Amino acid sequence: MPTDTRVPAPANESLRRPAPPRRRGTRKLPNPLAALVLVLFLVFFVLPVGWLLLAATKTDDQLVHGNPLSFGSWHALADNWTALTSFQDNAIFLWLGNSALYSFVALAITLCVAIPAGYALAMTEFRGRRTLLVATLVVMLMPNATLVVPLFLEVNAVHLIGSMWSIILPYSFYPFGVYLTYIYFSTAVPRDLIAAAKLDGCSSFGVFRHVALPLATPIVALVGFFSFVANWTNYFLPYVLLPESGQFPVQVGLGTLLNSVPQFNPTVGTTAVERPELALATLLAITPVLVVFLFSQRFLVAGMLAGATKE
Amino acid sequence: MTTATPATRPAGTPSRRRVFWPGRAGHLFVAAYVVLLIAFGVVPTVYAVYFAFTDAGDNFTGFSNFVEAATDFRFFSAVGHVALYLVCWLVSLVVFVVGLALLLHRLTSSGTSKALRFLYYIPGALAGAASVLVWLFMLDPSVSPVSALLRAFGFDTFGEVVAPDHLPVLFTLIAFWTGAGGWIVVMYGALNNIPPDLLEAARIDGASVWQTAWRIQIPLLRKWIVYMVILAFAGGTQLFVEPQLLSQASVGVAGRDYSLNQLSYDFAFQNNNVNTAAAISVELLVVGLVVAGVFVARSGFFDAD
Repeated sequence: MPTDTRVPAPANESLRRPAPPRRRGTRKLPNPLAALVLVLFLVFFVLPVGWLLLAATKTDDQLVHGNPLSFGSWHALADNWTALTSFQDNAIFLWLGNSALYSFVALAITLCVAIPAGYALAMTEFRGRRTLLVATLVVMLMPNATLVVPLFLEVNAVHLIGSMWSIILPYSFYPFGVYLTYIYFSTAVPRDLIAAAKLDGCSSFGVFRHVALPLATPIVALVGFFSFVANWTNYFLPYVLLPESGQFPVQVGLGTLLNSVPQFNPTVGTTAVERPELALATLLAITPVLVVFLFSQRFLVAGMLAGATKE
Repeated sequence: MTTATPATRPAGTPSRRRVFWPGRAGHLFVAAYVVLLIAFGVVPTVYAVYFAFTDAGDNFTGFSNFVEAATDFRFFSAVGHVALYLVCWLVSLVVFVVGLALLLHRLTSSGTSKALRFLYYIPGALAGAASVLVWLFMLDPSVSPVSALLRAFGFDTFGEVVAPDHLPVLFTLIAFWTGAGGWIVVMYGALNNIPPDLLEAARIDGASVWQTAWRIQIPLLRKWIVYMVILAFAGGTQLFVEPQLLSQASVGVAGRDYSLNQLSYDFAFQNNNVNTAAAISVELLVVGLVVAGVFVARSGFFDAD
């Protein structure tokens, strides 16, 4: 709804850039106040991550007395590594392995469940479709911590406490994935295509397998990404449901490590963990998600804007 | 929407199938999802409600579990903590996310803007326990890279920094640090959806940057701001990992019963009183459900068709 048509159309070919080309000649320096704010927030967001990377390379003494933003030494990093891995006999690897197991098995189930469901919600008709869609939206918007204590009660009642399925199955229930798939099929795949395939004699499952699934690659990646990140970073559910340290995912394991750091918990005995080891453990715990982040920026933006395409 | 292309399809094919089971394929496609939805969405909800209204001997008790929770000396302080945290968290989220998105949107160099958005987003990878651990270090004057700043505020020890009065602000810092980047990306995307002609017209008519932001961009972002506030509100009521880890690390400065979820957890696992725990869970569930339900029904965001 442009209100003013006196202006010659400004650079319509680049909708994403509000700055029309003619401004390039008279490009002003950025407003210093705005630049300052942006830089301050850059420091706020990035400094702790940078500090964490460097902290893993220091001794505890260097951490306290050295420049906070200096590199320690490779030697200290190796020492921290040795000390960390010897904590409770390689517990950190066990926890990382558990995290990987829970996250990936849940991811596989999520994809097998969510993709067909989202497809059916978008492309087929069946009784109860609308109800299911609304239920999905409501559950999707509820924070996932809401159901943790109730889930414990349920899992306890069916005697699954301590089983890995008590974590994996709740993780596999991922309404946001269903919603993303639904949005994708209902906006990006024309129904005519499905109708044409049916006309050519394809069964409903044939259509899904041979027409819809090959078109769904982007959404499989997107749902996979979000599901993986959500599962990997979940703390509350495994914290409540898993009774034994040997079953912890790394997020909960970090809490155990934190409890063994004397500076944070003076009652700790001989099994003390030094602060740089805790920093190193934190780094290890976030590395998978960080790597996924770095390689899939495009998905991120697309996924977070999924609602926008529906406007 | 029921039959997409009636003109190109002979009516016989689909309707013949519908005779014995309309929508059979659709039902099969969603079957596994419905099972999970019931098992991990519906059943726990029903179960929590059942526990909340019964006692340990499975007798119906009306609202007595709710009364017991509400009269617990920790309950109202937990409600207060969560409320205070929510105010800090929502205000900072709206002001800074919208402000930063507007600033980023005005940057003439799209490369810089893109890089900044990504860097702001990076802490999202540390969601959960990792972000709390990082901030324990940031808030400990003995190791923090900003210890000078902490000391300038008069805090010399970790204990002074994490004094109970500061906790809402500190949890806001942590939540903002991990969560704001994602919302900045969303707001930026929403700003891009505003037709450039509109901004250009405002500029030609002599609107200043502030006026453009205040009168045109922010009103057009309103829907997205509401979306963000609703989701952040629902998420914020569930505060757990931050106070839980902080209470471990601060030798009890932050109690184990700081937030409602912690209190529910404590009732279930420290007091072995799952019924009262369930009552608190039901209250939190109702908040989550009502917020989500109202939003789905009223926002126009998700027109279910």
